[in-house]
Amino acid sequence: MSRDLLAKKRNFHWDSIFKITATCAGAFVLLIIVLIFGQLLSDSWLIWEKEGLAFVTGDRWNPVEGRESFGALPYIAGTLVTSLIALCIAVPLSIGIAMFLSEIAPTRIREPISFVVELLAAVPSIIYGLWGLFTFRIVFKDWFESPTHEALGEHIFLFRDAPFGLDILTASVVLAIMIIPTISAVSREILLAVPAIQREAAYMLGATKWEVFRMSVLPYAKSGLIGASILGLGRAVGETMAVTMLIGNAVGPKAFPFGFFQQGNSLASIIANEFNEASPVSLYFPALIGLGLILLFVSLGINVCAHLIIRRVTNAHEGGIKGF
Amino acid sequence: MSDSERRLEFRNYFQDNLGSRMVTDKIVKIIVIACVAIAIIPLGSILVDVVRMGVEIISFEFLTALPGAAGSGEGGIANSIQGTFIMIGMTSAIGIPIGVLSGIYVAEYANSRVGKLIRFFNDVMMQFPSIVFGIFAFLFIVLVLGKFNLWAGAVALSLIMFPIIARTTEEALKLIPDTYREAGHALGIPKAVVTVKILLTAAKGGIVTGVMLSVARIAGETAPLIMTILGSKGWFRGTETAMDALPLTIWRLSLLPYDEAVMFGWGAALVLITILLVLNMSVRYFVLHRKGGSGSLGMFMRITGGKK
Repeated sequence: MSRDLLAKKRNFHWDSIFKITATCAGAFVLLIIVLIFGQLLSDSWLIWEKEGLAFVTGDRWNPVEGRESFGALPYIAGTLVTSLIALCIAVPLSIGIAMFLSEIAPTRIREPISFVVELLAAVPSIIYGLWGLFTFRIVFKDWFESPTHEALGEHIFLFRDAPFGLDILTASVVLAIMIIPTISAVSREILLAVPAIQREAAYMLGATKWEVFRMSVLPYAKSGLIGASILGLGRAVGETMAVTMLIGNAVGPKAFPFGFFQQGNSLASIIANEFNEASPVSLYFPALIGLGLILLFVSLGINVCAHLIIRRVTNAHEGGIKGF
Repeated sequence: MSDSERRLEFRNYFQDNLGSRMVTDKIVKIIVIACVAIAIIPLGSILVDVVRMGVEIISFEFLTALPGAAGSGEGGIANSIQGTFIMIGMTSAIGIPIGVLSGIYVAEYANSRVGKLIRFFNDVMMQFPSIVFGIFAFLFIVLVLGKFNLWAGAVALSLIMFPIIARTTEEALKLIPDTYREAGHALGIPKAVVTVKILLTAAKGGIVTGVMLSVARIAGETAPLIMTILGSKGWFRGTETAMDALPLTIWRLSLLPYDEAVMFGWGAALVLITILLVLNMSVRYFVLHRKGGSGSLGMFMRITGGKK
């Protein structure tokens, strides 16, 4: 009897140790997020103290000692502009892919095709950068950028700059290729989650595949697809290496994105480029950490929105054929 | 408008102008197939380029020798390959225990509100820009120790790794029927032992899949390594020194103005992409063929019916 009790006690002991360990591991994510924000804020404190809010709205970038002046606006704009262009290219393509995989493709080829598309996600950013730098840039410049510049450059200011290959549009297109797998995978899941009865009702009335998709699947899946796109936007905002290698890395006021064929810069890429040059005791270093903090806030905001939308969608809602 | 009137209206609409509607349908189908083709062309182009350029440079020496002078075209990238595997090992040593335990906590211990909160933050953290983890590890470890070192890199990468493992572990554990837990408790086995010996064994497939996916993700990460392990030209000399890794080598070489250096970059890219594709293919094989289904369904079938 007493031995039984002893065994029970010993087991209980281990049981609670295990439970405490698991709880610590679960709480780790909260701790680390707080720690990251705290660390970034404290190490960039100098720049906020010196520049104040002008750090977010300014466009100067001068790390020369004694004349230091830093503003993040061109890079914030560069990040948002490249990500939004990428999104405009990637979303229609991804929804097309998701529609193919969920509505049109015969079951036999669904798995292989979605595997191939997911492989795009397995290729690391640095290899996209390498490919973009040595292959895509040249093809894209010769076949798209130069002809567009010649045709429209004089009339539309967006195409004014002479294309060089390392510019905002090239970076955005490669970024679009990189976020297609994310958006199409989530979109496919959302389209597959639309109840079959939605489709059957429309088929019964004599609709074609496209009409079924447009009238009964799309309205049902709309907000989910928006969530998927925002998730892709979050991906694009944080991408570093490929953008760094392709965007041209301008600094200062001329990095502000005014045209497609202009050299620009993004938050992540200026950090990657200049981090090892900055001495930790100068004001240059807190400025780069400050850019990291802004990037973290932008990405956090976008991702929280995406998750809230996707979660709201996956909790049930009503369907029905909506008007045409 | 009553239901029957609406139905009639739809039916009339669908009965009219059948020809033009079929044409629209065909056009849409072609557009959609074009979308798939447009997405697959870059993948094909990347693979063709990496293999075409990489095969030219890869030799026994390339895989086993230290790099020579920059741009000389001599030597190899053996230290980067070594560095990548050491980084994978050290990152896994930190990331896997935390990830699996965190997944266990959310699936087995947490009440639903805390569990939801932690799952949400795991999801959010999975999408953080990886460069931020690099900055964090630099400030937290490199600045404190005063030198670039492997632990800083491992910490940065493990922060990318553990949310992925935590989420897959949680999903795998949730697929195990409650009868498994109840049977364990009925035998008087403590909860910790039930979790480790019964549930983790049953969820092994899902957890291994998550680990392999996360390894494939971190092996290609470059940005956090720039500010933590920096890069070097020598073999591994302890965890307190700078080290090289494949993505870092590619990044450094691709910016050099010598053709030979760039060719070395393509060779390193071929090695890296081979490692990643092998990992991804084996995950696929693991999930699809061994379990006779796809995705979570496959996992579920293995857990419930696979143990005949």
